[in-house]
Amino acid sequence: MPVPNQVKNQHLLWRAGFGPAVEQLAELSKYSPSQYYKAIVKASGKKPAYINVAGEDLVSIYEDLMDAGKRSKLSADDRRELARKQREAVRDLNIYWLKEMVASPAQLREKMAFFWHGHFASRNQNIFYNQLLLQVIRENALGNFGTLLTEVSHSASMLIFLNNQQNRKGRPNENFAREVMELFTLGRGNYTENDIKEAARAFTGWTANASGEFVFRKNFHDDGVKTFFGKKGNFNGDDILELLLKDKQTAKYITQKIYRFFVNENVDEKITASLADRFFKSNYDISDLMESIFTSDWFYNEKNIGARIKSPIELLVGIQRMVPMKLDNDNSLMLLQKLLGQQLLYPPNVAGWPGGKSWIDSSTLMTRMRIPQMFTDRDELNLTPKQDDDQMMGRKNDGTAAVPVGKKKNAYAVNAQIDWPQYISKYTDVKRENLIPAIKQNLLQVNTPGLERSLGTTVDVGSREAFLKTATVQLMSTPEYQMC
Amino acid sequence: MSSKKVSLSSNRGVGNGLVIKRKKFIQIGSLATASLMLPKFLKALESNALVPSGNKVVVVLQLSGGNDGLNTVIPVRNDIYYKLRPSLSIRKGQTAELTDEVSLHPSLTAFKALYDEGNLAILNNVGYPNPDRSHFRSMDIWHSASKSNEYWNTGWVGRYLDAQCNGCARPTQALEVDDVLSLALKGERNNAIAVQNPQRLYGIANEKYFKDILKNHNGEHYDEQPVEYLYKTLAQTLSSADYIFKQSRLHPTGATYPNTELGAGLKTIASLIFSEINTKVYYISLGSFDTHVGQDNQQSKLFAQMNDAVKAFTDDLKKNGRMDDVLLFTFSEFGRRVAQNASNGTDHGTANNMFLISGGLKKKGVLNAMPDLADLNEGDLKFKIDFKDVYATILNKWLNADANKILGASYGMLDFI
Repeated sequence: MPVPNQVKNQHLLWRAGFGPAVEQLAELSKYSPSQYYKAIVKASGKKPAYINVAGEDLVSIYEDLMDAGKRSKLSADDRRELARKQREAVRDLNIYWLKEMVASPAQLREKMAFFWHGHFASRNQNIFYNQLLLQVIRENALGNFGTLLTEVSHSASMLIFLNNQQNRKGRPNENFAREVMELFTLGRGNYTENDIKEAARAFTGWTANASGEFVFRKNFHDDGVKTFFGKKGNFNGDDILELLLKDKQTAKYITQKIYRFFVNENVDEKITASLADRFFKSNYDISDLMESIFTSDWFYNEKNIGARIKSPIELLVGIQRMVPMKLDNDNSLMLLQKLLGQQLLYPPNVAGWPGGKSWIDSSTLMTRMRIPQMFTDRDELNLTPKQDDDQMMGRKNDGTAAVPVGKKKNAYAVNAQIDWPQYISKYTDVKRENLIPAIKQNLLQVNTPGLERSLGTTVDVGSREAFLKTATVQLMSTPEYQMC
Repeated sequence: MSSKKVSLSSNRGVGNGLVIKRKKFIQIGSLATASLMLPKFLKALESNALVPSGNKVVVVLQLSGGNDGLNTVIPVRNDIYYKLRPSLSIRKGQTAELTDEVSLHPSLTAFKALYDEGNLAILNNVGYPNPDRSHFRSMDIWHSASKSNEYWNTGWVGRYLDAQCNGCARPTQALEVDDVLSLALKGERNNAIAVQNPQRLYGIANEKYFKDILKNHNGEHYDEQPVEYLYKTLAQTLSSADYIFKQSRLHPTGATYPNTELGAGLKTIASLIFSEINTKVYYISLGSFDTHVGQDNQQSKLFAQMNDAVKAFTDDLKKNGRMDDVLLFTFSEFGRRVAQNASNGTDHGTANNMFLISGGLKKKGVLNAMPDLADLNEGDLKFKIDFKDVYATILNKWLNADANKILGASYGMLDFI
């Protein structure tokens, strides 16, 4: 049976974005996916605006920090206060970006940026470093991979995270060189330990200043001859990046990772080989690669639809796109990110989030299936995330608690204000007996036969409105809704 | 097509002043009572539960945040210790003395008693090569048992679980007392269950619905659709919840435990140990030991909690004749620097000590030399024992499992059990 356009376009919106928004529902069946993809690309055309969440106070503390004299006068209390302000700002940046994912028309750009955010995974307490790296990633998300790689490798966030400020002539620190090759370009097993040693020498002297600008410290740079991939030369860091881009293995590695993220965890070798060819020949044009994926026939093959487990961010954003809402307190969004195991700007390590089945265990699955009820006030957030000592420095409470429910310990109400009239209006023309199939069609990318029987006993039949609300919430509270 | 027609623009009109009145029907369900409907493929396995009696059990007590080992097991005759910690060191007279040279933190009186009875061993200088000072990263290394330059997505207990629960209905061979599952308990094919309180396993309002969707789901498409993995997890979760709840009511301990999270957790663990549950590894955490500032207060408070809870737990085990079967051990992601800092605290360090508590210890007391404070690596202790040797020993000798397979390498065997 041919896959209808609505299903294909939903598939496209889940993969090339964060799922269909309620206002898009009516148009999904009207266009072919290739027409729809053109519109999606157009909506992501603009260069994204720089996101700055740092307040004046933080900026002025930073300006003081640039001054070595003032820096030395900073007391331990000042430093603690600075750390606290930074944590708050990083949290604000997290929420700001999350809301962009919900509301931005540039869905493809934000989704691509979300992918690169996991690929170029960095953790940094400095809010400005975070903002700068995020901008590099959002700006170049659909541009040229070589430029993206180069700019990320020159970013303060990544250089500091991977200890390259300690990488000096005669005292090399190989961390940066290793991850550039293992995680950013070639993938494990495609280089020798000696290549890493030699590349590390080439990256000596690369660091950043307090305002996040790239700095090349000539005195720390090893300008001797290096042997890298059998070539001899007085290579610097940029030469190494260029040599890595000239190796087709980089195109293969990136293409396979993109395929796993955007298409299917099970890689089709034939398809990815031809995609890698094209990516390499286009000199790493990301837009061209994505177009060849999203306009192909195989992308819309049934085996690729509903085959991915949504990441926590995709889940949280996707719900909010379909059911427009405003939360009284954004902290519940932080709490849910922690509970589900994916916090923006805070990847577990430089390898990023492993994804796929690793998102799911009994605790995360139950939490995921409870979220729609939490958003609609039928359940409460009574779970405590793991203590995070890297952030907390031994303090017990980090102020991310949501709104307490009465006197109960660790129980919070999410308090979402949902714009139900907008949502419900999309179903005005649907007959009562067709409502469940229609909602199911719009919400789920997996069609399992048993589900409708379960709705019978739990859906509120008191009014059309109540029926729509409860059926929506219950259909989102399913294993099927975890898939896209 | 004119792309203008496509409403990709962002006119969300969020809110519109609509406020859903807070309803009072938040209800707490218990997942645990009604009998469960499992898909056929799991139903067949349901009766295979293996319940060995008198079996060996491990309790892992994680001290999160990097516990300061030097103020835990104190080298009371070491001048360097007192010199590097002018205001933070603990005087010999104030401590719980084990030997002439070695004392415990004053709050650890029950640990001293366990030492005197021969139920406690101390392993010094445990760590790993190329230590990492990030809490998260170092904890990941301890959880996954990887080398410090490897990133693994599974944990050592999780991989033990894989070996134990090959196609079994419920992955209850390992259990964490928490709301969120740690990496340590995630396997390749199985994940352990995290449960804070078996009486109210998930405290969910929508429990009946979840049971319904599971019942109505046709399990025959297993292996075909990726969503089946989630249904399998859902089935295991509901089945395990039911099983754990029933087991926890079988022989609930009557002993009194301190009214702390750790006390309640160890009480749950004791009740389960006394039941016929097939759980072999329990995992529980206490924290935060990240004492950069005002260490003494924080560490003493946490140690008092640990001391009282472990005392109630070991008393309970002795009374019920299970002390020899249970091995409780502590660990932390790293120790702290030898010298104190300017805020009466300590910063992140490297090697650390571990407590091993059981009636079944073959070697007791202080098992190896105290840290050599004259031989430091840029102010940090040098590790002498790889923590993976400890895991390997426990897996092989206590749990009778294939440590090489679970740890992915061959590690040394220690002789404390």
